[in-house]
Amino acid sequence: MTYAIDVRGLTRRFGHFVAVDNVSFDVRPGEIFGFLGSNGAGKSTTIRMLCGLLRPTAGTAMVGGVDVSRDPEGVKRRIGYMSQRFSLYEKLTVDQNIAFFSGVYGLDAGRAAARREFVLEMAGLRGRERTQAAALSAGWRQRLALGCAILHEPPIVFLDEPTGGVDPLSRRQFWRLIRDLAQRGVAVLVTTHYLDEAEHCDRVAIIHAGRLAAYGTVPELKSSFASRPILEIRAPEAVRAMRALDAMPEVEKTSIFGTSVHAVLRTPDASAAMIASRLEEQGIAVTACAPVAPSLEDVFLDIAQRSAAA
Amino acid sequence: MISKAIAVARKEVHQISRDRRTLMILLFVPAFFLLVYGYALNFDIRHIALAVQDNDRSSASREMVSAFVNSGYFDFAGDVPSDDDITRVINRGDARAVLVIPARFGAQAARGRPAHVQVIINGDNANTATTVLGYALGIVSAISTRYEAQARVGSPLGPLLTMEPRVWYNPELRSALFLVPGLIAYIAMITAVVSTALSVVREKEFGTMEQVRMSPIGPLAYVIGKTAPYFAISLAAAMAIVFLSMALFGLPMRGSWPLLLGAVSLFLIGALAFGVLISTMAETQQVAFQMALLTSYLPTFMLSGFIFPIASMPAVLQAVTYIVPARYFIVALRGILLKGVGTAVLWDELLAMSIFAVVALALSSLRLRRQWA
Repeated sequence: MTYAIDVRGLTRRFGHFVAVDNVSFDVRPGEIFGFLGSNGAGKSTTIRMLCGLLRPTAGTAMVGGVDVSRDPEGVKRRIGYMSQRFSLYEKLTVDQNIAFFSGVYGLDAGRAAARREFVLEMAGLRGRERTQAAALSAGWRQRLALGCAILHEPPIVFLDEPTGGVDPLSRRQFWRLIRDLAQRGVAVLVTTHYLDEAEHCDRVAIIHAGRLAAYGTVPELKSSFASRPILEIRAPEAVRAMRALDAMPEVEKTSIFGTSVHAVLRTPDASAAMIASRLEEQGIAVTACAPVAPSLEDVFLDIAQRSAAA
Repeated sequence: MISKAIAVARKEVHQISRDRRTLMILLFVPAFFLLVYGYALNFDIRHIALAVQDNDRSSASREMVSAFVNSGYFDFAGDVPSDDDITRVINRGDARAVLVIPARFGAQAARGRPAHVQVIINGDNANTATTVLGYALGIVSAISTRYEAQARVGSPLGPLLTMEPRVWYNPELRSALFLVPGLIAYIAMITAVVSTALSVVREKEFGTMEQVRMSPIGPLAYVIGKTAPYFAISLAAAMAIVFLSMALFGLPMRGSWPLLLGAVSLFLIGALAFGVLISTMAETQQVAFQMALLTSYLPTFMLSGFIFPIASMPAVLQAVTYIVPARYFIVALRGILLKGVGTAVLWDELLAMSIFAVVALALSSLRLRRQWA
């Protein structure tokens, strides 16, 4: 099987700073691949190398069968790219934006007309062809930017934080469009820091401090918690409860999740009832205490803490 | 590649037509500058208020006064009987110059004996004073020559030495004709350098540059598409200034039109490339504007010979003017417009402008290529 994106030992140094350190992963055609990490973890640097904008210091990256270090221009013909800024020309109309990007992708008149129809349909912009991009809502701008990025029907699409600043309804709509793309065989690499969105991805990679910290399907990543149950504890005095939990030998670590506390246990033997009663023995009121399924956020924090300790 | 460049150019035209501020700068500022500088930047000095203290009251003294007034440079501003009056009219600004004719002036002059007239000039503006002094000297010496001839009775020769001045190309020495070429350079610099630099940097600021770089368009097609509209607009603005100056200030066009278009185009290509070079160094429009201002607009204004003659600058500044392209452009334009000379004469200037254009193009494409990928 040939991969849409095949990255082996990719490294990028800026002086002494190693922004991306020996990263390897692959993305298959038709797959939605989530690329997660906090700001400055190396996500953007990796994407810039994959798009042929930045030369790798070491390692190889094949995108659409083309080596990004050897033929960056060839890469650009095979990819679509959309950034979090929805980089449209705000002063131009919807139609003028589409015409411009058709032009720079070198589409001939017939194909440009057909793709224009496709984009207007997909983005739901029919009837707004002559509206200035600046006057569109964020959701529309986002879909128009996606449309402009895939005018040339690339087999590979990079989406860099594509859902920032967009309302939840539009986000949901956007993910439906992404799934449609993938179903047609397009490989989609998407970066996001909304961890709930990563659940839409077939596979994810978590990059931390330039290194690949985790890589696999979402259930695979969560399996690291198979022998370490997570308890969700609600207590009026959350901070006191956390301190008490940290002191218990059964508890590996705690973290605040919204209004509740998550405690990761060292063994599956320890039960929720036992932990709750121990807290009450110390005079800490417990409203609720129950095991919960690990979320990607638990996985992410777990990885971040472990690599900080290492 | 050409179709991609056209797509960029078309987009740029749409953008310019939507951007009122840029449009104003490109279309109205040149006309505004032409009118302001054309009428206000006038080094000709006429209608100098002249007060007179005539202590002779002879036909000779009256002749002297009317020679001043009829020269066209001086307006009679009244008699000043006493010396105190002289101080008063000069201090109050009622007169810039006072002509004092002593008693017995006419009698002395008629006999061919030396006679003195005094001209008092307000020196608070040194430039004006120098010019007024020159006018007064000319008038007095003309009259003096005539008296000298009359005194040598019977001499049929008239004055021994006379000067017959002929000012070529601008016989009335009108500042407007001299300034227009500089004005074209100045306006071309603003539209070409500033607007190109700003439009590229704006794309960096808004992130559209990154989007375009992700597409398979090379930096060359991008830059050609990006600068072509500004080239057309700047060329149109420059030619409009020429036509306006011909209509308003009687600017002659004595040279060849193709040569004029060629020289303006050559200058604009250098200026546009320089604008792109600035855009590769600046990350924000504010920085780009300041860089453009310092490196193109100020030198064009100060160091090109537009207003201040290069020959009277200190040696260090004179050396600097050799790298100011407007210096050559202004000489070439004055040559084509006022003198009607051709490439044979303007070879040096055209060569210097070509060198500037080539260096600016090379540097900007080098930097752009490195930034692009």
